[in-house]
Amino acid sequence: MADTRPSPIVQLTLWRLREFLREPEALFWVFAFPILLAFALGIAFRSRGPQAIQIAVEDGPLASLTAADLRRSPRLDVHVLDSAAAHDALHGGRFALVVRPGASPAITYDSTRSESEVARLVVTNALQGAAGREDPIAIRGVGVTEPGARYIDFLIPGLLGLNIMGTGMWGVGFGIVKNRTEKLLKRFLASPMRRSEYLLSFILARLVFLGLEVAALLLFGHWAFGVPLRGSLLVLAAIVVLGAMTFAGLGTLVASRARTIEGVSGLMNLVMVPMWIFSGVFFAYSNFPDSVQVAARVLPLTALNDALRAVLLDGATLWGTAAELGVMTAWAVIAFALALKMFRWE
Amino acid sequence: MSDFALVCEGLVKCYGDVTAVAGLDLQVRRGECFGMLGPNGAGKTTTIEVLQGLLEPDAGRVEVLGLSWKGHAAELRQRLGSQLQETRLPNKLTVEEVVRLFRSFYRRARSGESVLAEVGLVEKRRSWVSKLSGGQRQRLAVACALVSEPEVLFLDEPTTGLDPQSRRQVWEIVQQFRRRGGTVLITTHYMEEAQRLCDRVAIIDQGKVIALGAPAELIASLGAEHVVEFSVGDGATIGDEIYLGLPGVEAVSRDAGSVRLTASRVHVVVPRLMHLLQDRGLELHTLTTHHATLEDVFLALTGRHLRDG
Repeated sequence: MADTRPSPIVQLTLWRLREFLREPEALFWVFAFPILLAFALGIAFRSRGPQAIQIAVEDGPLASLTAADLRRSPRLDVHVLDSAAAHDALHGGRFALVVRPGASPAITYDSTRSESEVARLVVTNALQGAAGREDPIAIRGVGVTEPGARYIDFLIPGLLGLNIMGTGMWGVGFGIVKNRTEKLLKRFLASPMRRSEYLLSFILARLVFLGLEVAALLLFGHWAFGVPLRGSLLVLAAIVVLGAMTFAGLGTLVASRARTIEGVSGLMNLVMVPMWIFSGVFFAYSNFPDSVQVAARVLPLTALNDALRAVLLDGATLWGTAAELGVMTAWAVIAFALALKMFRWE
Repeated sequence: MSDFALVCEGLVKCYGDVTAVAGLDLQVRRGECFGMLGPNGAGKTTTIEVLQGLLEPDAGRVEVLGLSWKGHAAELRQRLGSQLQETRLPNKLTVEEVVRLFRSFYRRARSGESVLAEVGLVEKRRSWVSKLSGGQRQRLAVACALVSEPEVLFLDEPTTGLDPQSRRQVWEIVQQFRRRGGTVLITTHYMEEAQRLCDRVAIIDQGKVIALGAPAELIASLGAEHVVEFSVGDGATIGDEIYLGLPGVEAVSRDAGSVRLTASRVHVVVPRLMHLLQDRGLELHTLTTHHATLEDVFLALTGRHLRDG
């Protein structure tokens, strides 16, 4: 050991880093888990193009003729069944519609299912064409598959936000409560340790890992799925750091009074679970009614996710994400101020 | 400069309806090892935590190294060393990392190596705290308190739950610190520890000091230095005055079916006692004798055992 006096903030931060690096489980949850999740969801919702529509034709004298006409359309997968079985399967959702052959064929379909509606248009077109209808004009279709508009492009920024929230809240909140239950906080209080340096060490340790965490997930998204990064890295870094501060603040607040690990875990979930749902991690919050959307936009994770998507997918500038940054700053300031006021050292 | 390292006057501390410390007075001289002895819940830990500046007293005056906590907290924390009950040091750090962490908090500190040598943990310096035995952990806790070369060392039940050998190792560390002129305030419920280490002892019960003095003085206050403890068969009782009639018996007390005689000359009392019991046709079940200890002092003062709490 060197004889020069070590710096307390460096020693405290090193302690946090060592504690994390020497805990293999924590490493898994912070680094491997988000990547595994992105991989699984990216595979499950990959863009495959439209699939063949499953339809049924009622068995009867004209069935084979009608089925042959329909099979000429590449988008349809045609099954010939007796009437009762076909209608059962329609109600069960296996078929988009059922055709009853005849001089004027009947189509049974569910008008509330968009897939059923699409099938009706395709079937109508196919039958009219087979009966000799001529199209008055020709229409060309131009297909695109552009990175930035797929589900995985939506998902990666969401997972990034989720990860920044999770590691920030758990890393800080759990660590503080653990120190409190172990009476280490009290032991530190008996020493001349500066309380501000203790709290700062959690934030510094977070920042060290934050870069690695973010880079791991972004690089994975880029290599495996071609998820774009259209904005500037500097703007991204600013958003990520502000997000990490916000959740470090909330983590400190949640941990400021909790006496037990169970207590803090409950509070963590109380804070985080609503954001998993309402902050547009796995699906867009525009699916919610307007009044709910207003509330969702005030949540810190919503602001972080929106800002991340704006930078990664739309190449937004710092100014372009000012509203989101404002929401996060407000949360960070309020959370830290309250946490310092309420903090219990023993 | 005050002659006293630590002073408490009329200290009161309550937790809700429970009065933990009820008007306690204490004066610890510089360079002495002072013990607070008492059962669990007597108010020892509360008193030591008030002196360490961890708790605010409800009433009373507290002075540490001639200063009050108000306005001098930062300075005092630099000059005191503490080992608290139940602190669990970071499990995933190595011994030397823990010492370096604590060392970083102090303006003036010893080298980590010399502290580890003093507590006998040099070979373990690269081991994680989680891999240490109970005794090694406790020595590490004391090392963290010694790393700043404090003027006053607070030890709150430093050897509770340790085996006799580990206990002696901790005692050795405390004695070395004293040889360098340090002041020690230690709480314990082991009489042997108090007798071995302390210049003076305060026996504390229900938040108050009920006896104060050097261990030998307190024991001498019993009037005799031996205790003869025995139990007899049936319920036939012999009056205290008959026992007191035996030569050298100073006091009689009864405790859970057995009789305790405080006596000066065991070799005279025991044969006479045998004779007495035989005459009355009583059968002796158990008989033990020992040198009087602080436990006997506590028993004489309160009628209870220290360990009963």
